[in-house]
Amino acid sequence: MIVQISFTLNGRPTTIDVEPATLVAELLRERLNLTGTHIGCDTSQCGACVVHLDGLPVKSCTLLAAALDGTTLLTIEGLHGAPGSNQMHPMQEAFREHHGLQCGFCTPGMLMTAVALATEKPDLTEADVRHGLEGNICRCTGYQNIVVSVMAGAAAMNAARGE
Amino acid sequence: MGNVIGIGASPKRKEDQRFLTGRGNYVSDIKRPGMTAGVFVRSPHGHAILRGIDKSAALASPGVIAVLTGEDAAADKLGSLPCGWGITDAKGVPMKEPPFPMLAQGKVRFVGDMVAFVVAETPAQASAAAELLTVEYEVLPSVVGVLEAVRPGAPQLFDDVPNNICCDWELGDKAAVETAFRKAAHVAKLSLVNNRLIGNPMEPRAAIAEYEPGTDRFTLWTTSQFPHVVRFLMGALVLNIPQHKLRVVAPDVGGGFGVKQFHYGEEAVITWAAKRVMRPIKWVASRSEGYVSDRHGRDHVTEAELALDETGKFLAFRVNTLANMGGYLSTFGPNIPTNLYGPLLGGVYTTPAIYCNVKVVFTNTVPVDAYRGAGRPEATFVLERIVDVAASEMGIDRVEIRRRNMIPKEAYPYQTPVLVQYDSGDPMGCLDGALVAADVKNFDIRKAESARRGKFRGLGYSTYVEACGLAPSRFAGRLGARGGLYESATVRVHPTGQVTVMIGTHNHGQGHETTFAQIVSEKLGVAFDNVDIVFGDTDRVQFGMGTYGSRSLVVGGAALSKATDKVVAKGKKIAAHLLEAAEVDIQFEAGKFSVAGTDRMKTFEEIAGAAYVPHDYPLEVLEPGLEEQAYYDPVNFTYPGGCHIAEVEIDPETGTVTLVNYTAVDDVGTVINPMIVEGQLHGGIVQGVGQALYENAVYDEGSGQLLSGSLMDYCMPRADHMPMMNIATHSTLCTHTPMGVKGCGEVGTIGSPAAVINAVVDALSHLGVTHVDMPATPNRIWRLLQNASLPVAAE
Ligand code: FES
Ligand code: FES
Repeated sequence: MIVQISFTLNGRPTTIDVEPATLVAELLRERLNLTGTHIGCDTSQCGACVVHLDGLPVKSCTLLAAALDGTTLLTIEGLHGAPGSNQMHPMQEAFREHHGLQCGFCTPGMLMTAVALATEKPDLTEADVRHGLEGNICRCTGYQNIVVSVMAGAAAMNAARGE
Repeated sequence: MGNVIGIGASPKRKEDQRFLTGRGNYVSDIKRPGMTAGVFVRSPHGHAILRGIDKSAALASPGVIAVLTGEDAAADKLGSLPCGWGITDAKGVPMKEPPFPMLAQGKVRFVGDMVAFVVAETPAQASAAAELLTVEYEVLPSVVGVLEAVRPGAPQLFDDVPNNICCDWELGDKAAVETAFRKAAHVAKLSLVNNRLIGNPMEPRAAIAEYEPGTDRFTLWTTSQFPHVVRFLMGALVLNIPQHKLRVVAPDVGGGFGVKQFHYGEEAVITWAAKRVMRPIKWVASRSEGYVSDRHGRDHVTEAELALDETGKFLAFRVNTLANMGGYLSTFGPNIPTNLYGPLLGGVYTTPAIYCNVKVVFTNTVPVDAYRGAGRPEATFVLERIVDVAASEMGIDRVEIRRRNMIPKEAYPYQTPVLVQYDSGDPMGCLDGALVAADVKNFDIRKAESARRGKFRGLGYSTYVEACGLAPSRFAGRLGARGGLYESATVRVHPTGQVTVMIGTHNHGQGHETTFAQIVSEKLGVAFDNVDIVFGDTDRVQFGMGTYGSRSLVVGGAALSKATDKVVAKGKKIAAHLLEAAEVDIQFEAGKFSVAGTDRMKTFEEIAGAAYVPHDYPLEVLEPGLEEQAYYDPVNFTYPGGCHIAEVEIDPETGTVTLVNYTAVDDVGTVINPMIVEGQLHGGIVQGVGQALYENAVYDEGSGQLLSGSLMDYCMPRADHMPMMNIATHSTLCTHTPMGVKGCGEVGTIGSPAAVINAVVDALSHLGVTHVDMPATPNRIWRLLQNASLPVAAE
């Protein structure tokens, strides 16, 4: 059995046939060649695969692709807005500025979670950030610079909103 | 364009753009035309005889292309996985070295041992077929703990390895130590366990292999920290593929921590299979598969004794350790608990006599090998724990006992009684810095405040030294290394003056593309943006030993520095000709070659251009082109060190330990990029805190099942486990590396476990607690507290 789904992917209408068992992370990586969404575990623990579904952060490794019909999906490739550009989102800039990444494997998931956190609560405290990142594991950075990056990125997002 | 950015600056990283925008290129991101999928069938038993494998149902399953087993590998006369270090016992008898077949033959020896490889059109088809494979096992009892494995009557893994002992290794002057113990005013004793860990880089291991019949060439893309070593070990020693017919690529790699620095059987099987099926094959491990197949770390059981005189001076240190090797010898396995452990037992102290015995033991567990720090965290842990025990037993302050025994700065270079000679260091300076930064003098106020809330607060110290930048090849060879330990770099100056560096180290998060570019930018006066660093591809890079043991900057950076010196030397020759001056009169500074004492000069770009457009060029005496290569073999290890101070608060109701403050002052030698060094320290410290408080690989004795086999059961530190850390460097320069660098990748992991556990014990010391094994989980602490609060029996 094959299911046809239509959804908005990084701002573009997309229609594709999927098997009912296909997971969103798999669809993105294997079929749509969007390999920025990473798979780090098989237990929904690590957060490497976080994307935004209708504006909310979700772990795409446990979400069925068939459920995407009629939704809006944002992946790391669409985060900076202009497709194909080298321009970055303020959160991405903040991660670069504050060395919030090392090997880069957890980074796309971290960024997607971070943007969602900052959108949901504009006045994030350090405790909010640490708590909000509970579902994302980073083995490299020890989190300190990620926390600093998220706070700075949230401030930059606020400033951009204020304008 | 852009500026010269040199040593000591913190430019933003070159590699970040691709990682931040989802454009990294990890092995699992790569696709090849006609690619198939491979799945490994692994033993569900810890110890069993392989009675037979029936492939027929699997082969008939949809999409299946091949099913390969150990018998097929044996029929193709493939070698077994080589061990890179051969150690010997005190009498010079070599270690027992049973074969490590890439697919099990005759017996399986751990849960996860590979028994077959299934290749199909899609991953789902390969997995479905793997389910249909009938493997007949005769299950044997498993032994997973080292104490159990050496007991008489224990299950034996190999017929010719009695008592499961691979090697009975020793180091130091046993007689001198015994004499010192007889004279001691006090002897402190401690038994401890250094818990087994699983590295868990966030990117699971993966590989793609491809064979091109037209050229008879193989390509292997693999998540490796050392692609050239994989090419050498796998090509020359396992599969008999000539080196020039084999390309190994390790592209972006999502963290390593040691776990990705070994030659794994999966790499050999997939490469061999790619030729058999004549199609590219991809294998990507799941996290759960990683738990039972990535090499594990640590796993020691130790008895230690420290002899002291009446003033608290250390007279001698004696350590007996049983070290778990798992089911087979991994690439560096036997080297870790021996050569990287024993020689570090001196720490930063003047202990005159040390003796260490290590029994290296086989068990039915995943093979154990180097994990961040490798041997040195184990040495630091036992030493820094027993120093605290001695201090408390003798009633000497813990800082004071350390001071009384520390090697003074003036005493460097310092020869220890256990092989190594530290070239430079200042442990007292690190300690003093850390005491201030951690605000130790106000600790009692904080402790009293915690007590008012019903909490126990504790402070813990760890002063340590590590050996990194693995040593001269000659020295390592004497210790049993079967390879060289140098590094290579090629500096290719393009006709435009831009630079590409080909280097044999590997970048998997450490920021080499940035740090190495800073070195070139400073040394050649070339803009930072005009330098590119190439690594991880045996077709592009001449040779190299990869990245592990904090060696990249120490050894690789030295090779790079040497190669840039050669570029400058050739540039001077060209400049001398163009400027019609004597070579000795040419100076090179800030990207300009000039004649001393004149304003006549040529820019670096002009010299590069002349080298490639040799119209006015002394072709009789000088070759065109500007590309230089250097190999660097270090003269000694480097010895980073430092002092870490942890402060914890314990909730007696739940047993939960909260790390409330963490301070580290580390001596990593010259700091090339402070931002990157700090990031390495943060990450390392949290991995050590993970060992101290959360992480533990637990096996079931008897069945050999790994009970902590997923991220649900193996607790990794998360953002809310940590406070902000307080990090500083206090550097003395390495006296023998070209830039004075010492290495920083592992120091955090080496310093932190002892600091945290010493703090936990301090917090509980009023209850008579003298030791807590890692990890100090709420459950473990709660039980200790229950026992401590039991009323003492009256009789
Ligand atoms: S891959 Fe989705 S949570 Fe780990
Ligand atoms: S940067 Fe490597 S896992 Fe986070």
